[in-house]
Amino acid sequence: MPVEKRPRDELPARIREVAREQGAELPPLLVGELGRKLKGLKISPAETTKVIREVATRYRRAEVDAHESVGIIAAQSIGEPGTQMTLRTFHYAGVAEMNVTLGLPRLIELVDARRIPSTPMMTVYVEKKTRADREAVEKIALQIEVTNVPDIASIGTVVEDLKVIVSPQVELMQARGVKRADLERALAENIDPKQFLVKDASGSGESRPFEIHIAEAAPSKKTEEAEERPFKRLLEASEEAKAIRIKGTSGIKRALIKKEKEEYVIYTEGSNLEGVLDIAGVDAGRTTTNSVFEIYKVYGIEAARAALVLEASRTLSEQGLGVDIRHLMLVADVMTNEGDIRAIGRHGISGKKSSVLARAAFEITAAHLLRAAITGEVDELKGVAENIIVGQPITLGTGAVNLVYRPSVAPLTTVAEATPPPSPEA
Amino acid sequence: MTQGLSKKIKSLQFAFLSPDEVRRMSGVKIITADTYDDDGYPIEMGLMDLHLGVIEPNLRCRTCGGRVNECPGHFGIIELAMPVIHVGYAKEIKRLLQGTCRACGRILPDAPSSRSEAASDSDEPTVRTREPKEERVCPHCHEVQQKIILDKPTTFRENGHKITPKEVRARLERIPDDDVRAMALNPKFGRPEWMVLVVLPVPPVQVRPSITLESGERSEDDLTHKLVDVLRINQRLRENRDMGAPQLVVEDLWELLQYHVTTYFDNQTSGIPPARHRSGRPLKTLSQRLKGKDGRFRSNLSGKRVNFSARTVISPDPLLSINEVGIPAEVARALTVPLAVTPHNQEVAKELVRRGPTPPANPGYVCGVNYLIREDGQRIKVMEKNAEACGELVQPGCVVERQLLDGDIVLFNRQPSLHRMSMMAHFVRILPHKTFRFNLCDCPPYNADFDGDEMNLHVLQSQEARAEAKVLMKVEEHILSPRYGGPIIGMLHDHITAAFLLTYQNPSFRRAQVTYLLSKLRIPIPPPAGTDRDGQEYWLGKQLFSLVIPKDLTIEFRSNIWNRCDCSPMSCTHDAFVVIDKGILKAGTIDAKAIAFGKGAILDAIARNNGPARARQFLDEMSRLAITAIGLNGLSTGIDDEDVPENARKEISKALSEARLKVNELVEQYRKGKLEQMAGRSLEETLEVQVRRELGQARDTAGDIAGRYLGLENPAVILAKSGARGSMLNLTQMAGAVGQQSVRGERLLRGYYNRTLPHFERGDLGADARGFVSSNYKQGLRPTEYFFHSMGGREGLVDTAVRTSRSGYMQRRLINALEDLNVAEDETVRNTAGTIIEYRYGEDGIDPSRSFQGAAVPLDEILSTVLGRRVKPNVDSKGEPIAGAPPVGEEELDLLAEAQLEEEGEEEETEEFGASEEGPDLGGE
Repeated sequence: MPVEKRPRDELPARIREVAREQGAELPPLLVGELGRKLKGLKISPAETTKVIREVATRYRRAEVDAHESVGIIAAQSIGEPGTQMTLRTFHYAGVAEMNVTLGLPRLIELVDARRIPSTPMMTVYVEKKTRADREAVEKIALQIEVTNVPDIASIGTVVEDLKVIVSPQVELMQARGVKRADLERALAENIDPKQFLVKDASGSGESRPFEIHIAEAAPSKKTEEAEERPFKRLLEASEEAKAIRIKGTSGIKRALIKKEKEEYVIYTEGSNLEGVLDIAGVDAGRTTTNSVFEIYKVYGIEAARAALVLEASRTLSEQGLGVDIRHLMLVADVMTNEGDIRAIGRHGISGKKSSVLARAAFEITAAHLLRAAITGEVDELKGVAENIIVGQPITLGTGAVNLVYRPSVAPLTTVAEATPPPSPEA
Repeated sequence: MTQGLSKKIKSLQFAFLSPDEVRRMSGVKIITADTYDDDGYPIEMGLMDLHLGVIEPNLRCRTCGGRVNECPGHFGIIELAMPVIHVGYAKEIKRLLQGTCRACGRILPDAPSSRSEAASDSDEPTVRTREPKEERVCPHCHEVQQKIILDKPTTFRENGHKITPKEVRARLERIPDDDVRAMALNPKFGRPEWMVLVVLPVPPVQVRPSITLESGERSEDDLTHKLVDVLRINQRLRENRDMGAPQLVVEDLWELLQYHVTTYFDNQTSGIPPARHRSGRPLKTLSQRLKGKDGRFRSNLSGKRVNFSARTVISPDPLLSINEVGIPAEVARALTVPLAVTPHNQEVAKELVRRGPTPPANPGYVCGVNYLIREDGQRIKVMEKNAEACGELVQPGCVVERQLLDGDIVLFNRQPSLHRMSMMAHFVRILPHKTFRFNLCDCPPYNADFDGDEMNLHVLQSQEARAEAKVLMKVEEHILSPRYGGPIIGMLHDHITAAFLLTYQNPSFRRAQVTYLLSKLRIPIPPPAGTDRDGQEYWLGKQLFSLVIPKDLTIEFRSNIWNRCDCSPMSCTHDAFVVIDKGILKAGTIDAKAIAFGKGAILDAIARNNGPARARQFLDEMSRLAITAIGLNGLSTGIDDEDVPENARKEISKALSEARLKVNELVEQYRKGKLEQMAGRSLEETLEVQVRRELGQARDTAGDIAGRYLGLENPAVILAKSGARGSMLNLTQMAGAVGQQSVRGERLLRGYYNRTLPHFERGDLGADARGFVSSNYKQGLRPTEYFFHSMGGREGLVDTAVRTSRSGYMQRRLINALEDLNVAEDETVRNTAGTIIEYRYGEDGIDPSRSFQGAAVPLDEILSTVLGRRVKPNVDSKGEPIAGAPPVGEEELDLLAEAQLEEEGEEEETEEFGASEEGPDLGGE
């Protein structure tokens, strides 16, 4: 990060110091906010101190208690509103033209740590210079959007002549910014000359079609079959031609441009963060995707954690459900704690628990028990589920404290004559 | 009674039973497949041998000599004639065979990785172990290795030849301990050859009790049935083998034995048919007993049945405190609290016992005693007959199980227990009648209503539990939800209407009315606000409301009825700005925004600043005030309330037919190909989007027209505007038009070929043919509309059903993954293994339920309280005063309301296409 030279601000240090006197270690966010609020006010230093003291005491009052079972609270806080969420997979978020998975399915997807979300989507921002220029943004969008052969040319099969005809459509090519030469190059690069031959057909100019023939000495895998039924090979050829990508970033099916305030933003269907970031003119600092896994691959685990928190909280707030961000952070932290993204469930966290009993109680009971036996596993009975199973108090909350109070017992005879206590009904 | 834990299990060691150990722990060798003789006496060396333990009275165990409840049961043994593979370890055996030399048993250099797929339940191997292509040669003895195939479930083949279990066992025996360790197994607790069984332990009879049916017929447990099969085949196999029967016969029998042993362990092994009962029901064998929701682990070990609990129907009682629960006397008589007798309470305890279990009413419920536990632990049932005698037995050291009393603390719960507020501690109030009763404010946390819901109650039995419940679980401790840091317990429905009626435009009341209003409260009538022209004293609504709020409450916020007017707070013509100064309501209407659960600003402020006890008092007093306030005049709404004048109806139908025309025009354009395509949408989609927008607007227009005739004098409107129940949308659907019906987010589509119903032409894309309901609920729906409406409604029902199971599973997984997390004493969040998950909980160490709607500290509030009025409290970016910001989105409350409607089986709006929901023009938000 570039070091910014700013006038030294004594207020944050002062806030921290005064709060520390009160026994409170204020988080940076709060210090910053308080600093900003105090700055504009014309108040005496004594009053400032008074305010900080009050903030510190209030802060201490709001701190979590030791041994609070924050995990269960987080799980409940996220799970309980689940019943109130919509199940509709497709909804329109932000961009009307695009379908995005929302609600419960999206939340489940996040928690499952799926590699590829069911509706991958990117928000691509453009660098400052060109972000207000629609044409420049469109150019970038075209670079992002995948253009396959069928997008710009019609592909037809002529069985009598055993050939596939690829006829470029000039209008479509112009819209996508593709030249016939690009198509030619793409065909040449992607079609195996040992199998098929690409020739120019009759015609002229940009719309001159291509012909694909079966190569004479094509060593086919299934030679006999191919000889018998050459049209099968022809079909192969046309399928191959259809799959050829002429330009664009792989994985991105569509790119849409939307005006947002003063700039144009590109929304894409499909996601390929790595590929998009390589494109010149893209503002890498703000461009993002809803694929947590891609963020992890490109930026690392901390970014993935932030992405998880952001996506989860967005999903919940879109449904109008208020869930404290601390719960989401905890879930994200658990998922990313080991350095990669682990799912909530038997393939992730629950399957890797150290306790045999806890694993057996969750899912696939028999397999865990059998395995524990031959490897001679030991269950230390430290977790919650294990202790419930053996019938002992759990190790969280009040159960975490091992304090024994032994009152000094007075001999029974000395108090026997004490005045009779009030009746229990009183 | 023993207090506290005398012993603690520190750890559990898992290990494999070796054949020797099985023999050592066996009480008897089982050889006969029969169970009982003709007299019903267990046959010796049979599956019910008395050495295995006893389950019938009057018999003694032959092994330990114990009686029914003394003998823990003992294992027996079946010596298998030929070894068989243990199904659970087939994969593991394959790995070992593949990884070791077939001749010398030493580990091979390219042995498959130690991490086998044993933990994955899929049959497809997830980690593909490299199949060696070239010939492998043992580096120790130069033996050429063969490829080993596991033919599911238990047959091993080497180059197509079967390896018998006997040979498998021999090979596994050859693997030296060090190499076993290298294969990630622990030979100390399980040698590999033990995975091929030569003896089968027979579980004690307690594990597989036989049931005697009413007809006197005995019915054996599934496990016993399976063991009988094993024994029979085992016997035949032994005989045939010993007689020198043909190889083929022996092998067949051997495989049959393998089958029976396999199904004895797991009757759902893929690849083999499950063993069945005579009736055709698959047998429930060992694995099935443990597995799944009804298995031992989830059903009996992770959740246990309890005593001292009760369940009955619930009903409301607004006069109870939110901390209380009303309990029927019959329930109270059955539930007991242990009372340790000491010299201090000896006399009292004696007196209690003397009363017996059913003391006569005096005049109400009188507590009795059900059991007396003597010092030696003997339980004596106290009955009317022996009550006197029992009383004499009471002495220090005894425990008296006395019946419930007012003031006892109990746990109250409603399933599904989705969050911790689903189980809270209440104080007992013993009441007549047969239902559990509680204050209505407790409904939201339990998600309870009174349409037949039942709830559970548990009586705490130890002093420690009672102390914890009192400190941590009382209802008042849960007013602020940890989910969003706002109140989850609060006023609802009639309470809000009542508060609205009491404060809106500040009505005045005469002495008689005020007397009634305050009759349920222990608050003296305040001095009158003034005298009117007739010389009568009068009081004002806002003045009465001020009686129940704390004297130090100062708060300003906007009411629910606020309609974006920008009057100044003190002189708002709509009375929509609440100003409370030092406990006096100066202006504004008290409605949902002020006191409702989920968003009540006053409630939030009291709970936070004055503590839970004061918040409880507020809720108690407010519910009492609310029932008198609503009872003063009453509030009814009926279908007439949705009547709109004739000209309004005409206006609505005009607007609707205009919309219909517009839709037809769009369809026409589409047909002619003149419709301008939207970016990234097909022509069809473009049409749909535009039609939906058009019809959405039409519905809104209809609603607006109807809404003009529905003012605040209308009770239904009062309900909606105050936030008590329903919404203006509901009302406009009743008075205006119901609107577009949808399935899967699209206009109705399916049904007949190219049309929804035979009433329409094929390919009709117009409004009516695709599910637009232009009638309203008041008028009634046309037949086609009614059908469409049902289609939309059905989708909602299906959705709800699917959603509950999906979110339930998600929550189970979340709980399982996070249950071990805990804030350590150094503020870090750790799991029970000690791994640090977070260095500071939530990055700031703040408990969300103590947070200020998520923020650690309410800075603005502190600034204005510390510095006083001199500093204008900052207003947040939205222009909302901080205290008025709703912690829960409005949508959620609507959703909640909807969910309740659904449950009540009322008509509710199906997913509507509002213009606000979609449409490219509004997309940017």
